Amino acid sequence: MFLNQFLLLSVALFAIGVYGVLARRNGVMVLMSIELILNAVNINLVSFAAFTENLAGEVFALFVIAVAAAEVGVGLAMIMLLYRNRRNIDLTELDLMKG
Amino acid sequence: MTDLFIFASAAAELAENVLPLGITEGGSWLLRNAWLIPLIPALSFVGILFFGKRMPRQGAELGVAAIGIAFVLAVLTGAAWMDHRDNYHGEEITQAVIVAEHGDAADHGEGHAPEHPSLAVSNTVTWFQVGGMTISVGVLVDGLAVMMLFVVTLVSLLVHIYSTDYVGGDRRYTHYFAFLSLFSASMLTLVISENTLQLLVAWELVGVCSFALIGHWWEEKPNSDAALKAFLTNRVGDMGLLVGITVLFFSVGSALPDAFGSFSIATTNTLANSGLLSHTALLVSATCLMAAVMSKSGQFFLHTWLPDAMAGPTPVSALIHAATMVVAGVFMIARLYGVFFEGFSIGGSSINLMAVVGGLTTLVGASLAFVQRDIKKVLAYSTISQLGYMVLALGVGAWTAAVFHLFTHAFFKACLFLGSGSVAHAVHSFDMKSDMGGMRKAMPQTYRTFVIGSIALAGLPPLAGFWSKDEILAGTGGWGLFGGTGGNGAYTGMLIMGMVTAALTAAYMTRVIYLTFFGDFRGHGELHESGPRMVVPLWILAGLAMVAGLFNLPPGFQLVPESMQERFGHYVEPAAAYFPGISHASPSWSLAIFSTLVVMAGAGSAYWYYFIKVDAAAQASGQSLTELSNGPTSRWPLAKMGHNLLENKYYLDHLYTGIIAGGTKGPLARAVYRFNQQVIDRTVDKVGETAVVSGQFVYDKIDQLLVDGAVNTSGHLASEAGGELRKIQSGKVQSYAAILFAAATVLAGILIVIV
Repeated sequence: MFLNQFLLLSVALFAIGVYGVLARRNGVMVLMSIELILNAVNINLVSFAAFTENLAGEVFALFVIAVAAAEVGVGLAMIMLLYRNRRNIDLTELDLMKG
Repeated sequence: MTDLFIFASAAAELAENVLPLGITEGGSWLLRNAWLIPLIPALSFVGILFFGKRMPRQGAELGVAAIGIAFVLAVLTGAAWMDHRDNYHGEEITQAVIVAEHGDAADHGEGHAPEHPSLAVSNTVTWFQVGGMTISVGVLVDGLAVMMLFVVTLVSLLVHIYSTDYVGGDRRYTHYFAFLSLFSASMLTLVISENTLQLLVAWELVGVCSFALIGHWWEEKPNSDAALKAFLTNRVGDMGLLVGITVLFFSVGSALPDAFGSFSIATTNTLANSGLLSHTALLVSATCLMAAVMSKSGQFFLHTWLPDAMAGPTPVSALIHAATMVVAGVFMIARLYGVFFEGFSIGGSSINLMAVVGGLTTLVGASLAFVQRDIKKVLAYSTISQLGYMVLALGVGAWTAAVFHLFTHAFFKACLFLGSGSVAHAVHSFDMKSDMGGMRKAMPQTYRTFVIGSIALAGLPPLAGFWSKDEILAGTGGWGLFGGTGGNGAYTGMLIMGMVTAALTAAYMTRVIYLTFFGDFRGHGELHESGPRMVVPLWILAGLAMVAGLFNLPPGFQLVPESMQERFGHYVEPAAAYFPGISHASPSWSLAIFSTLVVMAGAGSAYWYYFIKVDAAAQASGQSLTELSNGPTSRWPLAKMGHNLLENKYYLDHLYTGIIAGGTKGPLARAVYRFNQQVIDRTVDKVGETAVVSGQFVYDKIDQLLVDGAVNTSGHLASEAGGELRKIQSGKVQSYAAILFAAATVLAGILIVIV
């Protein structure tokens, strides 16, 4: 098996996702980056499942996909409300909780 | 040689033995599930409390229906018991016991099983477990329990029906029926109690219901005072009950190999009968239990609450303070008869505490009934007197006669009370001298039932009271004129007391009938007969007062076939190991005739005084009289003194409240005041001063320096750390995310390095 290649792909996706979350100002882009991170995790789970011939990892990946869908639903709803109230979705301007 | 050896080793192992208890776990479904009978009124109590006000008849229909169902069940249970008594051949429960060294115990208890034994049905479940003891709750159904179930449910049903009319429109109508239901449930629980602890709980519950119902019209001070007096007087006896039960519990435990005590009534009685318990323990517990009987069953000298209890509604007086609750004490003696029989050494004696208490009570009650103006108080004192009769009968060993008198008394006394209620309903007063008289024309039904009840109470043949009273008199065994009547001893003193009471009873009932129903009407208002809901129960009870005596015709009564003699005794008196071996008195024609003559003499003298002398004086003066102006009390100083003594109820209330309570109160208060000023106050002052000085020290040195310093320092530290840390909380979600990822990276690095 070429486990390495899958792991490298997963690392690359994860790194891109982290970059997106930290650097992008647009809320929708941040959400998409989170999706990238989750998919990197999924690739990891599935590849290890195939490598060890254990189905548990694949089943777990299915759960992650389902939860990710719910998460996106909630996230997009929040961003929409944000847009309605403030007419933009720039995350750097949201600092009402500043201590 | 070998045989001898085996015999010797068997004798050495006699240390543990097995005794039959006279109870069984088998029997028909109805007998094993007799707990359903109290359960139904208990449910009705809850139902009336929660939904009563919203029902069309304010909850009364629920109470009547519940007690009606309970009555039907009780009748079926009675029929099941009759079948069980004659035909049951099942397994008997046994109890392992430790037999004393001399070991003559075993043959002690087996002396009396000549006929088919009556195994009581016992059915228990675990109530709670504590310290290795299992306390159970359940039913013990035998003839006594079945008889009580029948009496309680029947009288309660009639009183429920009567009450729907009598207290109709009352401001606490729903509350009244709720408590009637609770009372029925408690009383029914009491009579089927399997152990003494359960009996104690039910005993207290009926006391609470009695308290609540005596004080039903609590807005008037005398009523709430009467309720309190009843409750507090009963508390005195309840202490005796508690102590007696505890003594019995440990005493029984000393004879059991596998437990340190037992509340079971069957076990207690069987062990007492078999002579395995120490006589001292039995005497102590029987005396303590006697105190409980004296308070609950109104025995001299704790009887003073019972006449005051007439402050409650009349149906309550009929149900609770005449027919059922006040016989709880008598029932308790009958239930634990093994303990009393052995404890007081009733067999073969001629005097004991129980017989004396009963005899005094019956005389005191009957004499006090003479001077009452209030018709209910006459009946209350009459109840005390008749309860004394029952206790006397138990004291002389005439168990069946006592229980039979309980049975008949419940009917005719309930009839008389309900009759007095019917009269009072018409004239709105209980005062015979100022508000009654001549009421036989207006209230013919009440008049007839009242006269029937009175004759039954006075004990003229063939009405109920005659048979039960005559059995008690024969049971004293003191009738020596034509050879004794057998029984357990020669209680001649008790026989004389019983005879005197019989004469007095007939006389005071004649007085009540004259004052209430004859002469001219002295009250005011329009007289009318009571409605059917009051008259029908009266007639049912009067009918029973006429025929109830026939259930226990004496053995050897030649006018009926032998199969109809002593039916009550056959079905009610236990022939089992838990019942002591009492010997039965033989009835005597000469005694029966003599006691009837005594009763007629009592009634005749009262008749001569009221119906002839007073009536003649009344016609001569043209107004309704209640006594002669030149009667014996005005002519002879001795009679006047006696009358005063009775008017003041033998000065017992003065003794209790004035001398005992007052005499204790004053000196006790002064002593306590001095103790308070000199010891407690001084101690408190000293303690206070010391506390102030030490408090000042603690404030200055410890509080200000040490504690405050530490607190302030920690506060400063927290504040400054917070000032530094707040810079991190930028409010920007992405900087949080950066920290999160950084921390995750660091943790992952640590993980890799370590693993």
